[in-house]
Amino acid sequence: MEKVYFDSRKCLGCHSCEFACAVEHSQSKDPTKAHLEDEKPIPRRNVKLVDGMCLTLACRHCEPAPCVEACIAGAMQKEDGQVKCDTDKCIGCWMCVMVCPFDAVRPGKLFTIKCDMCPDREDSYACIEACPTGALFVATPEEFREIAKRKEKTTKVEPPI
Amino acid sequence: MAGSNRRSVDPAVCEMLEITDRNGEKVVFDRFEAMQPQCGFGQLGICCRNCAMGPCRIDPFGEGPQQGICGATADVIAARNLVRGTAVGASAHSDHGRDITHAFLATARGEAQGYSIKGITKLKALAQELGVEVDGASPEEIAEKVAEATLKEFGRQEGELRFAKRAPEKVQARWKEMGVTPRGVDREVVTALHRTHIGVSNEWKHLIKTCVQTSLSDGWGGSMIATDLSDILFGEPMPRTSQANLGVLRQGEVNIIIHGHEPTLSDAIVAAAQLDEVQAEVDKVGAKGLNLGGMCCTANEALMRHGIPLVGNFLQQEFALVTGAVEMMIVDVQCIMPALSRLVDGKYHTKLLSTSPNAMFEGFEHIQFDENKAMDSAKELLLTGIRNFANRDPAKVHIPDEKSPLVAGFTAESVFDHLGGRYRPSYRPLNNGIIDGRLRGVAGVVGCNNVKITHDWAHLELVKELLRHDVLVVLTGCSAIACAKAGLLAPEAVDLYAGRGLKEICDAVGLPPCLHVGSCVDNSRILMACTEMVREGGLGEDIADLPVAGAAPEWMSEKAISIAFYVVTSGIFTVIGEPLPVLGSKKVTEYLTDGMEEDYGGKFAFEKDPMKAAHLIIDHLNSKREALHLAPMMFEPRPADMVGQPWDFEASVAAAK
Repeated sequence: MEKVYFDSRKCLGCHSCEFACAVEHSQSKDPTKAHLEDEKPIPRRNVKLVDGMCLTLACRHCEPAPCVEACIAGAMQKEDGQVKCDTDKCIGCWMCVMVCPFDAVRPGKLFTIKCDMCPDREDSYACIEACPTGALFVATPEEFREIAKRKEKTTKVEPPI
Repeated sequence: MAGSNRRSVDPAVCEMLEITDRNGEKVVFDRFEAMQPQCGFGQLGICCRNCAMGPCRIDPFGEGPQQGICGATADVIAARNLVRGTAVGASAHSDHGRDITHAFLATARGEAQGYSIKGITKLKALAQELGVEVDGASPEEIAEKVAEATLKEFGRQEGELRFAKRAPEKVQARWKEMGVTPRGVDREVVTALHRTHIGVSNEWKHLIKTCVQTSLSDGWGGSMIATDLSDILFGEPMPRTSQANLGVLRQGEVNIIIHGHEPTLSDAIVAAAQLDEVQAEVDKVGAKGLNLGGMCCTANEALMRHGIPLVGNFLQQEFALVTGAVEMMIVDVQCIMPALSRLVDGKYHTKLLSTSPNAMFEGFEHIQFDENKAMDSAKELLLTGIRNFANRDPAKVHIPDEKSPLVAGFTAESVFDHLGGRYRPSYRPLNNGIIDGRLRGVAGVVGCNNVKITHDWAHLELVKELLRHDVLVVLTGCSAIACAKAGLLAPEAVDLYAGRGLKEICDAVGLPPCLHVGSCVDNSRILMACTEMVREGGLGEDIADLPVAGAAPEWMSEKAISIAFYVVTSGIFTVIGEPLPVLGSKKVTEYLTDGMEEDYGGKFAFEKDPMKAAHLIIDHLNSKREALHLAPMMFEPRPADMVGQPWDFEASVAAAK
């Protein structure tokens, strides 16, 4: 199962992933119109500054996932390696919001809102497509471990700020 | 936030922050936090929005695009953005200069109301410089011709800017060689903007030259005109005492703050405040008096000419309103936060009034200031403010006690009188002080506040470190206000902060160790003071030879970019806090901070740490002293632990033995 991974050393905090995520979850899917929709689209990904480091945070689809364990309604479920929220079952108790260690699950109007791995796309993710520096990339956990090992050895990538 | 975890080192601001935090009112520091993280492409200067094929951005890590759609590289994009910043900054100063010139012309023609020609000596000197006949003409006749000649400098189409010929010959020769001699105030800005259009200038070094030429049309043009004509129209500033910080607001009085930049408005307001009709209205509303205070550079202009107290600098504008004791804030142009109206909205009684046709704000009332009816306009504004006194809610009033005494109002001309005495005005004692090794040199510390750096902290740390090392400091703008609030402009500051040599000079000629020389357009005074130092002799033939330096530790505005460029390219090494937004281009960064010195005699340094910045300046002054073969410094610097407390020099020398 592949996941979206993130290299904080390449993040410039431009918020492009956040913007693209909101557009992906809009009615029009048009970056020039999405912000004009009655129901404002909500990004599933947030760019934050933590200890001077830019982080783009979205659901990690953890294994095991604390939100799945905490869900009293049985709405949060693991499916094909993805954490999914069954909106028919979600009662809006926000236990998942409370327990998420990445602050990546947020309360919506009625149901939990979180990364849904772009269900309307076939072979790409909106955030990865939008990232201008390649800080976001897709890999399996095994591949990621390899990449991380390799990167540690190479010189540190740092923007000249 | 750089510097410390504190948002400000000003006790008055910290006190007001407790109130805004408690009330949940969002102020500039909160908006800064909400904005984090800020986009790295913008910080590095490598995003371009100049055409509709874009926006484009360059990947600074080298994997993504290395050129924009048109082919512009990071070097071109960073330099091109910098040109636009410089052009905006130069425009702000030059448009200010134009407004003053128009008011000056109207006064000369007898069309303006309430103004008169006050600086006759300076008028005659300027007339002679511009080739205007002085003998037998009345001041008004001279002024009219001077105003007309000056206005032509804005629209000059042929030849070169006349005011730039004031620069030392070597400086002018260098400009000529580089092809950057400014040709006209308006022309340089228009040409600069043209060059940034898609597919025009695409060579980074040519673009940097454009920054230089544009900025010189400001420093040796628009700003210089603004300073000179303001001195003639409103009177040459003379040293005078006053006070600074929020504590200057008064409980039982009508408090009116003038905020912005242009003295045309503030001078009329100060004059109108003396009118019987205005005073009668004050009595009628039951106030004990009318208290005018200044904010930002309007504050500096009104302080230098009328002794009006300083309420605060850029980052304090919101807190002045939170005191609940301000009846009205009158604004004109530049550095006015649009957030003010949202802060006031229903919570405070303060009336916010905009007056300039150039600056409108949502939620502000607009009463256009008319120079031809200056007194009537000013009176109307004041009466509106005074009547608002009845709406003050005493329960909401909280004025901090904090205020410091100060001396301000020095100019390139008035410093003559101080240095040499009234009978033999001269820069000789200053040059001699440097040559003999009492003074290490002179540093201009200028510029804004920037929320990225603890408010006022960098200004104060830098200035104190310089004073300790016998560096005479000249100040303008928000930097001057920061130092005023901390007591550095008070005569006692000599005993508390100055090194031994600096103290001897200050004591001998009766100057404080930090000279407040005005507003941000008055940085042109610093250029003239350097020119006078060169003319006085003994310190080289070029501004670049002088042991002088510049610093803008908390800069943030585009005006500061223009100032920094004209200072550097007049030959002065300049350290700025936040780096210019060019770090995405290695070539541009290296040129500005190194290669530029060979071409223009001065260069930039980017240093956020004020202590390191101070030592970059001190090292630079030392190297210039060495190049001039000046005497070694007479005294060791004041010990770091003796900063801010009385220091017995003789005792410390004895102890060392």
